[in-house]
Amino acid sequence: MPQLIGVPRETAAGEKRVATVPEVVEKLVKLGLRVAVQSGVGEGANFADDAYRAAGAEIVDDAARLWASADVIFKVRAPSMAELGLMRAGQTLVSFIWPAQNPQLMEALAAKKATVLAMDSVPRISRAQKLDALSSMANIAGYRAVIEAAHHFGRFFTGQITAAGKVPPAKVFIIGAGVAGLAAIGAAAGLGAIVRANDTRPEVADQIKSLGGEFVGVDYQEEGTGTGGYAKVMSEGFQKAQRDAFAKQAKDVDVIITTALIPGKPAPKLITAEMVRSMKPGSVIVDLAAEQGGNCELTEPGQVVVKHGVTIIGYTDLPSRLARQSSTLYATNLLRLTEELCKAKDGRIHVNMDDEVIRGTTVIKDGQITWPPPAPKLSAAPPAKPAARPAVPAPKGHGAASAPASARATVITFLAGAILFWFIGAHAPAAFIGHFTVFVLACFVGYMVIWNVTPALHTPLMSVTNAISSIIAIGALVQVAPPMDSSLERPGGWIIGLAVLSIALVAINMFGGFAVTQRMLQMFRK
Amino acid sequence: MIAPTLATVAYVGATILFILSLGGLSSPESSRRGNLYGMVGMTIAVLATVFGPHVTSAGYPWIVAAMVVGAAIGLYAARVVKMTQMPELVALMHSLVGLAAVLVGFANYIDPAAAAGFQGAEKTIHELEIYIGVLIGAVTFSGSIIAFGKLSARISGKPVLLPARHWINLAGLLGVIWCGAWFIRAHGIDEGMKPLAIMTVIALLFGIHMVMAIGGADMPVVVSMLNSYSGWAAAATGFMLSNDLLIVTGALVGSSGAILSYIMCRAMNRNFVSVIAGGFGTEGGKPAAAGAAPAGEVTPISAVETAELLRNAKHVIVVPGYGMAVAQAQHTVFEITRYLREKGVNVRFGIHPVAGRMPGHMNVLLAEAKVPYDIVMEMDEINADFPETDVAMVIGANDIVNPAAQEDPSSPIAGMPVLEVWQARTVVVMKRSMASGYAGVDNPLFYKDNTRMLFGDAKKMLDEVLVALKA
Repeated sequence: MPQLIGVPRETAAGEKRVATVPEVVEKLVKLGLRVAVQSGVGEGANFADDAYRAAGAEIVDDAARLWASADVIFKVRAPSMAELGLMRAGQTLVSFIWPAQNPQLMEALAAKKATVLAMDSVPRISRAQKLDALSSMANIAGYRAVIEAAHHFGRFFTGQITAAGKVPPAKVFIIGAGVAGLAAIGAAAGLGAIVRANDTRPEVADQIKSLGGEFVGVDYQEEGTGTGGYAKVMSEGFQKAQRDAFAKQAKDVDVIITTALIPGKPAPKLITAEMVRSMKPGSVIVDLAAEQGGNCELTEPGQVVVKHGVTIIGYTDLPSRLARQSSTLYATNLLRLTEELCKAKDGRIHVNMDDEVIRGTTVIKDGQITWPPPAPKLSAAPPAKPAARPAVPAPKGHGAASAPASARATVITFLAGAILFWFIGAHAPAAFIGHFTVFVLACFVGYMVIWNVTPALHTPLMSVTNAISSIIAIGALVQVAPPMDSSLERPGGWIIGLAVLSIALVAINMFGGFAVTQRMLQMFRK
Repeated sequence: MIAPTLATVAYVGATILFILSLGGLSSPESSRRGNLYGMVGMTIAVLATVFGPHVTSAGYPWIVAAMVVGAAIGLYAARVVKMTQMPELVALMHSLVGLAAVLVGFANYIDPAAAAGFQGAEKTIHELEIYIGVLIGAVTFSGSIIAFGKLSARISGKPVLLPARHWINLAGLLGVIWCGAWFIRAHGIDEGMKPLAIMTVIALLFGIHMVMAIGGADMPVVVSMLNSYSGWAAAATGFMLSNDLLIVTGALVGSSGAILSYIMCRAMNRNFVSVIAGGFGTEGGKPAAAGAAPAGEVTPISAVETAELLRNAKHVIVVPGYGMAVAQAQHTVFEITRYLREKGVNVRFGIHPVAGRMPGHMNVLLAEAKVPYDIVMEMDEINADFPETDVAMVIGANDIVNPAAQEDPSSPIAGMPVLEVWQARTVVVMKRSMASGYAGVDNPLFYKDNTRMLFGDAKKMLDEVLVALKA
């Protein structure tokens, strides 16, 4: 006898999604299973009972009868207490459960000896992507967040130049580039906005760019990738740098969409009241983390509020607001799961705990709580990068006093200088000492003067010093025709030849050097 | 003919003017006056010498003729030289000073009148001064000629590293000392000429060898070092002739060049000695092989997209390098700058101390293109501003923007201060190809996520950017 899949109407207020759609019913039937849906199950998502019937589902009017007859229940939201009451012992339930947040529900389900597969606990491995309902829903939430923002934002997203004036493009800042964040980036960019996005995981920068967003980094070195490709809690220093970066963005952008969630933790408070106050009036914040407490301090879960002129959207049911789409995707995710559970296509569900995907998804097996599962073998996270960054010595300005030399080096320098000076003083003739004095002092004058030269003028400095070094011409000038002492025999021709050649060479330098310096300096202007 | 005392006072005046001249370069406003001081000082010095006690009227025709010829050539060269060719011109002029020092030294040695009054230690010192003057002059001359060849691309910019080059240098030094001893002991000019000539040849070869071994990226150090040498050559000549003006001026120029070399070395985090010893990256590990080959995708960008980026930016920093000089792109850069500034974009320039081929090279090029100097910033002034910058535009620069200098301790340029362009939101790198810079180090900047590569000749690409901007 093939097992019966029962799909009751969602009882949570405002929930429009449905766990299966007619199209999927057909495929479930092909797996040899029978499907029963409660009458009006697809109303919120615009699927008529007739469509389900046509696809091969049985229509059951009464929820209690459905719960009583079904072997497997497909749901979207975790069962309410009333629904728990309808549950049969040993029944299999597939829905969102959030085991970490709902321990009592887990206890109750275990007491019913049920087998529960939680769609929020699908392991994050490649093979399980096709049944990753969280990603499907996040994708929709991200898209819908942009639509909600656009709806509440009083301007175009795209920049336009019209006959009635120029319209600047909206600037959208998206925090968290997970599935929802990336979907939001794509949607906002598609509407023509300037999109910036931030994420603590540096490896997503490329994904942000590929969707037309701009990555806004936080100036702080810390790897933000936790297990399973999700983000982790960051250090204090990082959070400070992050707040600074966000505060800067808040002043600039028109729309902020926050999607920052850390598995099993309350959502980090990233947007402070202060930042909200600094935003332009008419700006919009969409807080996708509202259900987990919100990324914005002023978020009221489930509500749209206007604070300091900023519309803060805290809807917790964004996927449900796109019910037909989200139902179709969720139903398909469930179909993929069913395919895994029913590999023999014999109409019977077999929860194989040796299969990594099914093991991870199953949170209660025959009344035994099996959550949390062992860590998955493969993680989507890349290997940690070596983060060591060598200390960079602080650059010194030109002409800035250098750090005082060590005492020993100073003593050695002075000793060496003293010995050299003593040697020169002891052996050199008096005339030389005079010149030597002038030379040493001139070196010091040069040293002091040159340090004051601005680096922009280094080239003119070189050409002017080059021109000044033409002073060597004096050496040649005095050799051309010195006053003769006739007693000495002098190779006059040679000397005049060398001296005249020197003068000519140096004159090139002298005139050329000053002229080219002048030409260069003329160009420097404010 | 003027009195000797008057000549001496004139020399003192010239000295003061030279010092004021260098002091004037502390800011662009006072620099033109500084240059004027230099000219006046030089005129006074030359006139005081020509009409002083050491020159008789018999020499006037020679002096005037030589001066006129030299002046004509010099002024012509100064007029036609392109600003991109400044490094070559300066190197060539250094060689002239070096050659003049050699010639003056030789002339002084063969002139018996010059050493007539010297005895004993004084004579030895005088000969030593000649010897040292010729030595420095010869090294300056041949080194500058090679530097000129390298800068004007007549000689390959790649370092030529002879095997055992340090031993060759050491042998040269010993040869010079040995010739020096021989020279001082020599009796008579004819006997002394031989060691002097041999030493000159050794010094010339040493100058060639020294500069040949230095890579293109180290050229700013070489040019300023040769600048320094030409000063010391003048100072040595001053000792030889017992002329204080020459000594002072030579010392000024010498210390100026030495400080510039020091600044350049520090800008590259290089040891002065290792630059002189030659060969970039030959000490401390193999370049590019140290596991540092950055992997990843480079993202090309078109000129039109670059224009789009610039138009949407608020803060732009342009980082020019030697590639801009080669492509003569400075005028187009300024056109783009002016257009963007009119549109309210804050465009500034970040200049690395060793960008280009001589100290301050980029500043001169930008000044030539009429870029106001108050938006041209030094590396230290602007490095902190990159994180707030929307677009950093790197034009023909490579090693001076290489993040490996900070990130990769095994890189040959590790520790060299660099412009941190990668902190900007987007970096546009203009480059002819993916070839590495003079340091031969691959540049991880090109593979960064926020880097866009604009391949092509800088001038051509910038022209296209400008057209796209104005469209």
